[in-house]
Amino acid sequence: MATSIKKLPDNEQVLSGNGACGGCPATMALRMVGKALGPNAIMLLTPACAVASMGMTPRLGYNWPCINITFASAGSSASGISHALEIMKEKGRLQGELPTVFSWVGDGGTYDIGFQALSAAAERNENIIHFCYNNEAYSNTGVQRSGATPRGSFTTTTPTGKSQPKKNMALLMLEHNIPYVATATVAYPGDLYDKVVKAKSMRGTKYIEILAPCYLGWQFDMAETVQLSRMAVRSGAWLLWEAENGRISFNNPTAQIISGKKAPEPVDEYLLKQGRFSHLLKGPDARERIAAIQSDIDREIAFMRERAKIVI
Amino acid sequence: MKAAVQVRMETGAYAAALAAKYARVDVVPGYPITPQTSIMEAVAAMVENGELHARFIPVEGEHSVLAAAVAASAAGARVFTATSANGLLYMHEVLHMASGGRLPVVMCNVNRGIFAPWTLWADHQDSFAQRDTGWIQYHCSSNQEVFNTILQAYRVAEQINIPVMVNFDGFAISHCLMPLTLPAQEDIDRFLPPFEPEWRLDPAHPSSFSNVTMAEDYAPFRQMLSEDILAAIPLVKQAAQEYREITGMWDGDTIDTYRLEDAEVVVFAINSMAAELKLSVDILRDEGIKAGLLRPRLYLPFPAEDIIQALPKNAQVMVLDRNYNFGHPGGILAAELKSVLFGRRNDITVKNRVMGIGGVDLTRRFMANEIKAMIDE
Repeated sequence: MATSIKKLPDNEQVLSGNGACGGCPATMALRMVGKALGPNAIMLLTPACAVASMGMTPRLGYNWPCINITFASAGSSASGISHALEIMKEKGRLQGELPTVFSWVGDGGTYDIGFQALSAAAERNENIIHFCYNNEAYSNTGVQRSGATPRGSFTTTTPTGKSQPKKNMALLMLEHNIPYVATATVAYPGDLYDKVVKAKSMRGTKYIEILAPCYLGWQFDMAETVQLSRMAVRSGAWLLWEAENGRISFNNPTAQIISGKKAPEPVDEYLLKQGRFSHLLKGPDARERIAAIQSDIDREIAFMRERAKIVI
Repeated sequence: MKAAVQVRMETGAYAAALAAKYARVDVVPGYPITPQTSIMEAVAAMVENGELHARFIPVEGEHSVLAAAVAASAAGARVFTATSANGLLYMHEVLHMASGGRLPVVMCNVNRGIFAPWTLWADHQDSFAQRDTGWIQYHCSSNQEVFNTILQAYRVAEQINIPVMVNFDGFAISHCLMPLTLPAQEDIDRFLPPFEPEWRLDPAHPSSFSNVTMAEDYAPFRQMLSEDILAAIPLVKQAAQEYREITGMWDGDTIDTYRLEDAEVVVFAINSMAAELKLSVDILRDEGIKAGLLRPRLYLPFPAEDIIQALPKNAQVMVLDRNYNFGHPGGILAAELKSVLFGRRNDITVKNRVMGIGGVDLTRRFMANEIKAMIDE
């Protein structure tokens, strides 16, 4: 059982007053992450929503030392900080428990421009946590397509809907043989909290990806962020899983979908709640287009079910 | 002073790695590129065998080299790295972050011509293309100067929080053995105290670094950087003088001169070709031409006042550029020199040739002949 939201620690690393949109899932998730990491951490960000909303210089809405670095560089810059802290401690210039070094980066800085540096950091098994808050587009620049945008979704650079499926980034990170990979989303805060606590306790590269339904990019009512997050999981469009030292296990309700105890909810309701898919309703091929998305989801469920059976 | 001095034969690349060791650097991110590779190989070996207590991070490309470097510097570490040519170009946006972020990284650039077409050998297009990134740039003409300058570069960088690029030519310096005098470590420790930044990423003091700024904050940051780069000139001189007091070694401060006082023909050039040009000056003097050399060690900030003061009256200045100033005739050094002389030294004539591109050999005799031909132009 995941930790109950009522039992999460009281500490707040996301301070009151910042520039995030109402209902921002990334900021909600960061609040949970902060409860798990505590204050002894150093935060890296790349140019993205989380920087645009943290407060203009010199104000700061996050209660950590925060460095905004070049867009492609979360993996390499986090490595630099991690090594700097460790050598400074070895040389006696730092005392006590070293801070957790973590990156808080969107899907653009993870799937796309940041992929090379992140892949290399994981291959070196750097002692960092990389969080990807995945809103499935470049939301900060006004919603353009990314490698995380699902098939069929409208963005300003896919005006008739993206024609390719998203890539499975968390699985790609798993194949770097790093000690911990997990997926999460804001509708399951206790699950997210537990995963961050676990990641913090492990040495090496940890990757946690958080599905972040963005009302602006996905075009839904901002009061329904958590509901969209839950619908994504229940439909199987987002799978909750974690892998410790390469062994995949699924978390509820995804575990029930994978084991066949519960059928995923049809994806229609989830899609049609979002303006970014509304063009799917139009035209004579509407059913086929929805069916193509359903088939992407079914494929991922089947693939991850089989992938989890590989235990070496 | 000068306890336990050693003299060894070393390449320029190894001299650079030894300087990083003497500077007691903490973090060295690295990536191979000819002709710089030997520096990173030497550092990796020194870290592996315990000779250098530091972390070597073998990242996956030069963009990441500098991204790791600036972040480690922001965490409070003394950082060293090196690159060449396209590696330097690949770093370009992070060069700006280092200077704008006021992070005192020291990096060697082993000069090499830029792709395309492909070349492995020296010219100065790579570092000159980074002119407007807000870095201080030295150019060295010997292995000893590479060693000495890296140590001086840390002093200056950390005093003023501006990164420093130490340039020297690929192969002509990086791969040639020359005598190298190594001072005593304790003397260098006196010259270069441990890095104690005023600010670093520290959970005890949460603060944001390089966050969004509005124009009223951004503009003053940029103004400060522009002014502080110019303010590096006295610090460069002071570092060279104190280094001489402690080690007895001297390569010049912002500039180096040779037979300049009574010269009527002044050769103006940087980096390894300037070492060879001392011999060209001797040839010209033997032939009755009153020649001399003015070699800027510091390319940025451009040591305008020192050059204006040093040039003899009515001299013809022959600028030998190992780069192109595309869109203009000739090279970049000549354009820089003319801009500082304009209205200040109207007695000076400036002539310019581009040579040595992509490693074309620059012998003393060749350059002496070129200078003679320029006199008659």
